Amino acid sequence: MWEYTDKVLELFYNPKNQGVLEDKGESGVKITTGEVGSIACGDALRLHLKVDVDTDKIVDARFQTFGCTSAIASSEALVELVKGKTLDEALEVTNKEIAAYLGGLPEAKIHCSVMGQEALEAAIYNYRGIPLDVHEEDDEGALVCTCFGISESRIRRVVKENNLTRAEDVINYIKAGGGCGSCLATIDDIIVSIQREVTTSQASNNNPGQLAVKALTPVQKIALIQKVLDEEVRPVLIADGGDVELYDVDGDIIKVKLQGACGSCSSSFATLKIAIEARLRDRISPSIVVEAV
Amino acid sequence: MQRNCIYLDNNATTKVDPAVVEAMMPYITDYYGNPSSMHTFGGQVAKAVKIAREQVAALLGADETEIVFTSGGTEGDNAAIRAALLAQPEKRHIITTQVEHPAVLTLCKQLETQGYSVTYLSVNQHGQLDLDELDAALTGNTALVSIMYANNETGTVFPIEEIGARVKAKGAIFHVDAVQAVGKLPLNMKNSTIDMLVMSGHKIHAPKGIGALYIRRGVRFRPLIIGGGQQRGRRAGTENVPGLVALGKAAELELLHMEEATAREIKQRDRLEKTILSLISDCEVNGDITQRLPNTTNIGFKYIEGEAILLHLNQHQICASSGSACSSGSLEPSHVLRAMGLPYTTLHGSIRFSLCRYTTEAEIDKVIEVLPGIIQHLRDLSPFKNDQAAWLQQHEQVLTHR
Ligand code: FES
Repeated sequence: MWEYTDKVLELFYNPKNQGVLEDKGESGVKITTGEVGSIACGDALRLHLKVDVDTDKIVDARFQTFGCTSAIASSEALVELVKGKTLDEALEVTNKEIAAYLGGLPEAKIHCSVMGQEALEAAIYNYRGIPLDVHEEDDEGALVCTCFGISESRIRRVVKENNLTRAEDVINYIKAGGGCGSCLATIDDIIVSIQREVTTSQASNNNPGQLAVKALTPVQKIALIQKVLDEEVRPVLIADGGDVELYDVDGDIIKVKLQGACGSCSSSFATLKIAIEARLRDRISPSIVVEAV
Repeated sequence: MQRNCIYLDNNATTKVDPAVVEAMMPYITDYYGNPSSMHTFGGQVAKAVKIAREQVAALLGADETEIVFTSGGTEGDNAAIRAALLAQPEKRHIITTQVEHPAVLTLCKQLETQGYSVTYLSVNQHGQLDLDELDAALTGNTALVSIMYANNETGTVFPIEEIGARVKAKGAIFHVDAVQAVGKLPLNMKNSTIDMLVMSGHKIHAPKGIGALYIRRGVRFRPLIIGGGQQRGRRAGTENVPGLVALGKAAELELLHMEEATAREIKQRDRLEKTILSLISDCEVNGDITQRLPNTTNIGFKYIEGEAILLHLNQHQICASSGSACSSGSLEPSHVLRAMGLPYTTLHGSIRFSLCRYTTEAEIDKVIEVLPGIIQHLRDLSPFKNDQAAWLQQHEQVLTHR
């Protein structure tokens, strides 16, 4: 039997936010939904968010979960965590925060909190009309973990995107290896081969920025852009009486709203290119293009 | 001794019978002599060992010289399989099934890395074997066929003697993991095709850590555990005397109670099963309901997940299982149910109730009382419901092509 914290059990036995949010045509709000998981994996989550269109705030949230104790508790925790947040704030919620809210999860159940974070991302992307990365290649290639039907391509993707270094991390992220364990040796081999690829390409490519971005998930990328803007760009602009706000991210095209002095300033194009685009290219990826909305 | 829970997980382990505790106690406290010693103090203990051996032999319908005490089912399976292979070094093929206990499956997987080839027989949707598949797999190179008597998860019973006849015709050794069958089905090794058979004490109201391996007289045997010459050199190590005295007593009691307990368990199990099926929609019984252990029912509840059901049952002090206890620490859906090709809608939500002679009508009533509410509550939480059929179908499809 798994060791669960009292918080996990409390939320599991008495979930308060389960159910569906229906679009009743209320003005000023929109309902959005995000789905992850599958009945095959043994857990799935459908998250419903009610968003206030003007403030971008999550005014209500509900979940429907198929899964074990920790999947249900993680869903409840997620909903508690995001209610009242703006969508941008919500995107910053990590699976670690979900787990922390629960007072921790057994290692092998961390994937339940990952599922929460992914559903949130899916719902928000849905709302913003950003296509979620569908990883069709995940279904291709050799099946490595037969217990959970997980292919080599999916394992490679998850290892790369999250810089995983141990087979246990792979179990925690996508369960592969967490069943009979007979695929663990293969997973280890995959990790080693990826590490080798990275070292070789680092040696032949001295542009580490580009490498870093390849390993970022969309959420991590947005978070990084926000961080660069907040820490390195905005202070300069604010000193000049202006400001900038991240509006949208579409692949490498980053849309920003220039505000204050910057918005009306005749040199705003220059600000955009020199101050913002150059900085983001330097920090994140040389192919980034910044546009004003 | 009082149980404060409704214990319906007897295929995992059983309550130790108070009479068994009483029988073994003196061999922990007063009679601590070594059965191999030459003095009378040890001799008294050796006598107890002999009696226990006779009691176990009686339960199996075997001769006492054919019984070797082990630490339990896993050791018995390992010893039997390795012995069969060592005795016929020229043969390199093993046949087993996809639904065996990990004690057999894991060993077979390891043997594959050591140059053996292993055929894992498949099962149909009721968990039954296709004996033609067995025939096709048997060759002159087959050293060993290892097949369980009854499956621990579904209770499905295999036609062991018919299988044995086919195995013997090809000259292979026939090993049977009977951990779930012993005490629940009448056995008689005298008129059997079985060469080696394994049982475990804690499934028949003896403590954990003791079991027995039956080896038909004349079957060549190479010990797994070597050292001193105890147990005629077939299993070295000073005997676990309190354990085997307990096993002997438990065997005696099983023999005494089997008929009456079986009849009662079948009645209770069927009542539980029928009522669940009538009160709860979208659920079905897994396994072969015509060839089944008297005490077991395994029911799949669609659209919800087993661990969540178990935890709710646990809140009502009801102990059941969502798969085999040995693998319930893993995240993997049951390999047995998967081998039966169950749809994922049912697979993850399957619960096993296994009864014993201590199970009462009131306990069955309690399960019947609380289970429908639990299932309903979890289904209300689940995204997979009738109205979400499209999403569900999409997922099932992804799976089938995998
Ligand atoms: S094959 Fe991956 S855990 Fe069993």
